[in-house]
Amino acid sequence: MKRLMHPDLAQRVIKALLILVTAFTLSILIFIITYLLLKGLPVFSREFFTGHAIDMGRAGGIFPFIVSTVFLTGVALAIATPLGVGTAIYLTEYTRESRLTRVIRFAAECLAGVPSIILGLFGFVTFVLYLHLGWSIISGGLTMAIMVLPTIIRTSEEAILAVPHAQREVSYSLGGTRWQTVIHVVLPGALPGILTGIMLSIGRCIGETAAVIFTAGSSLMPPTTVLDSGRTLAVHFYILAREGISTEMAFGTAAVLMISILTINVTAYGLMHRMMRRFS
Amino acid sequence: MIVTLDSRPARGIRGTGSLFPFVFIVFFLIVPACRKAGDTSATLTVAGSTSVQPFAEKLAETYMATHPGLAINVQGGGSTAGVRAAETGAAQIGMSSRHLKDSEKALRQVTIALDGIAIIVNAANPVKGLTRAQVAAIFAGEVPRWSAVGGADRPIHFVSREEGSGTRGAFEEMVMGKKDIAPRALVQDSNGAVREIVASDPDALGYISLGLVDRRVRAVAIDGVLATHETIVAKQYAVVRPFLFLSRAEPAGSAKAFIDFVLGPDGQRLLGLEGLIPAVQP
Amino acid sequence: MNTKRRGERAVELSLTLIAVSSVAILFIITFFIFKEGLPFILEVGPGKMLFALDWAPTKGKFGLLPMIVGSLLATGGALLIGVPLGLSCAIFLVEFSKPRVRRVLKPAIELLAGIPSVVYGFLGVVFLVPLIRTHLGGPGLSLLAGALILGVMILPTVISISIDALEAVPRSYREGSLALGATTAQTVTHVVIPAARSGIVTAVILGMGRAIGETMAVIMVTGNALDLPGSPLAPIRTLTSNIALELGYAAGNHQKALFATGVILFVMIMILNLAATATSRRRAR
Repeated sequence: MKRLMHPDLAQRVIKALLILVTAFTLSILIFIITYLLLKGLPVFSREFFTGHAIDMGRAGGIFPFIVSTVFLTGVALAIATPLGVGTAIYLTEYTRESRLTRVIRFAAECLAGVPSIILGLFGFVTFVLYLHLGWSIISGGLTMAIMVLPTIIRTSEEAILAVPHAQREVSYSLGGTRWQTVIHVVLPGALPGILTGIMLSIGRCIGETAAVIFTAGSSLMPPTTVLDSGRTLAVHFYILAREGISTEMAFGTAAVLMISILTINVTAYGLMHRMMRRFS
Repeated sequence: MIVTLDSRPARGIRGTGSLFPFVFIVFFLIVPACRKAGDTSATLTVAGSTSVQPFAEKLAETYMATHPGLAINVQGGGSTAGVRAAETGAAQIGMSSRHLKDSEKALRQVTIALDGIAIIVNAANPVKGLTRAQVAAIFAGEVPRWSAVGGADRPIHFVSREEGSGTRGAFEEMVMGKKDIAPRALVQDSNGAVREIVASDPDALGYISLGLVDRRVRAVAIDGVLATHETIVAKQYAVVRPFLFLSRAEPAGSAKAFIDFVLGPDGQRLLGLEGLIPAVQP
Repeated sequence: MNTKRRGERAVELSLTLIAVSSVAILFIITFFIFKEGLPFILEVGPGKMLFALDWAPTKGKFGLLPMIVGSLLATGGALLIGVPLGLSCAIFLVEFSKPRVRRVLKPAIELLAGIPSVVYGFLGVVFLVPLIRTHLGGPGLSLLAGALILGVMILPTVISISIDALEAVPRSYREGSLALGATTAQTVTHVVIPAARSGIVTAVILGMGRAIGETMAVIMVTGNALDLPGSPLAPIRTLTSNIALELGYAAGNHQKALFATGVILFVMIMILNLAATATSRRRAR
């Protein structure tokens, strides 16, 4: 076989190139986080976190937007978690692999790929206009629930399947019914995995802008009921950045967004690794 | 796989699945009916023009300070979105920054202020004035470089608003005339965004609400007239459009109270301070 | 005993309803989008919609070609940037680095997938756009800016799934190759990557899906012009940006046209999903 270069030399070249590329890629990602934190952390203050927005967000704080974000995420998960976990339990414990289960799984996979703006379009036309819910937390929450449902189904299913079959057998052999087994054996065992899915979904809700801005609106007031409009942190950041209202506040908001999402993701992955270690 | 004692698969969904569509249909029919019955007076939704939005938010902030029971939600979307919101009742008050089209005339409208449209360039751009014909030609894509209108030999990056924008509608009506804005125009969905682009790109040209002009951009004179409060009131600067509040029916309750405040001396003074021309002279 | 049985039946019933409602949700969305969009495409004529250049919905013109081209070019550019960079990172992390390094870096990279797209868009506007404008020309808001931002956004996805694919290659393959005297680099090129091929293809396809569906970052950096780009420095508009720009006020035919855009996006992504499922199933076999 003809050789252009001695294999060891080739290896060293390739390795050097790969190290360069990896360092470059990682440095982009590290730069993004560091830059945002550097510019955003100085804005943090008590006023920033507890104050209302003054002068359209040029001054004051982001408290209403924190409320909106938490409220919207809460509503979305309150809807999506029972639906998602229930579907996962049904698919794994109550049925055999059949055409129906494959259809359900395929439907969930497709829904996972739908671009968020299309869900925003659907949410706007259905919830805001047709159902007359207006721009509100409930419109946004319903839309976000649809968005995170596939993630919750998928992660719950994986978590439930990871519970060793032997544990179920013990329950059945002691006379437990299927539902008792699910409640007392399967779900506790699958809990870390299910929680991971929930946390990943929380991360997504916090960061989502396209679907939220058209359904929950952009009100500057903190929402008090689900029928109130509310501006989430991500939407507020988008508006601040786009309009050039205040670069300072934009960076501060971005820092809050990043820190919360990264913290949630870290916890989620920590949970996931704990679960994997338990069963491997 | 080990077969377990109670691993018989569940019975099929024959019979139970048919309940589903019924539940869904009921939900989708009942909910709209319940909500349609007029809105609660504790929340006022004002939606539409992104040009009017910052001013509406200021007005709302001031009004809510003296009326603590009421929450005013201001949404954007553009003037045409404001017209739709008012027509469908999604908002009690719609905002528009252009005249209503014939098909929209069924709505009740009230002019709250007049606003000039400023044609802006980057603060470092030497061009100080243009004719209306030149602006129209530039936006139609017929003038590729600044040198043709008295500037440096650089390409012109012209920025427009999106199609549903009232600012764009007013601009097309009053400046473009019969010409169409070229497809290669950059498009942004709010005045603030247009201003940001013009502020950072030395070769940019755009049109925004006069009230939004700041130190980083400069409004050029159109046909020799600079856009100021005086020239607009004296009707010398012609690129002026009304800010409208729209509603489906005669405004009542909290909507009427807010509109009265906006048209009253406090509201009009606030709008004047913000750079608009009050509709109601004191 | 009887109440227990009835309780079980009730539970089974509720779970079935829950599962079916999940499917119902997807079907309602798909049905809705197609019901609004498809008849419109047929009415205007697929030829006139997909291949016409004029998008002026208020004047009755519904040409989507500039946006379709914009989406395809932006996604293609994103892949050109994201796949080589991401795959190289994955190869380095799996084949050439110590397991300790990988255990720290892989979760770190996955974390970065959580950064919101508006943040990427903002950084693009602050750094990338002025850079392109001053050093390369054009308004800065361009196809290039869009492709670069999207490329960086899909990196975590591509890296993460490629790592999984490479790790899934049995150790025996590598050991066999090394035993025959090959260097690690030769092993990677001739043995591991071919074996991980379907997983890598899955990573690319999923990255593609993410890039096509992205809206906010793209609206902020591509300029949203309605023209076919003459060069990477020219502004473009994608299908997703188009929907976002007009969603708030579209009504009647115009709204149907947006749903039609949704149909096109939906079909494109469903094809990608099927391709991803097909290749990953081939890997399992």
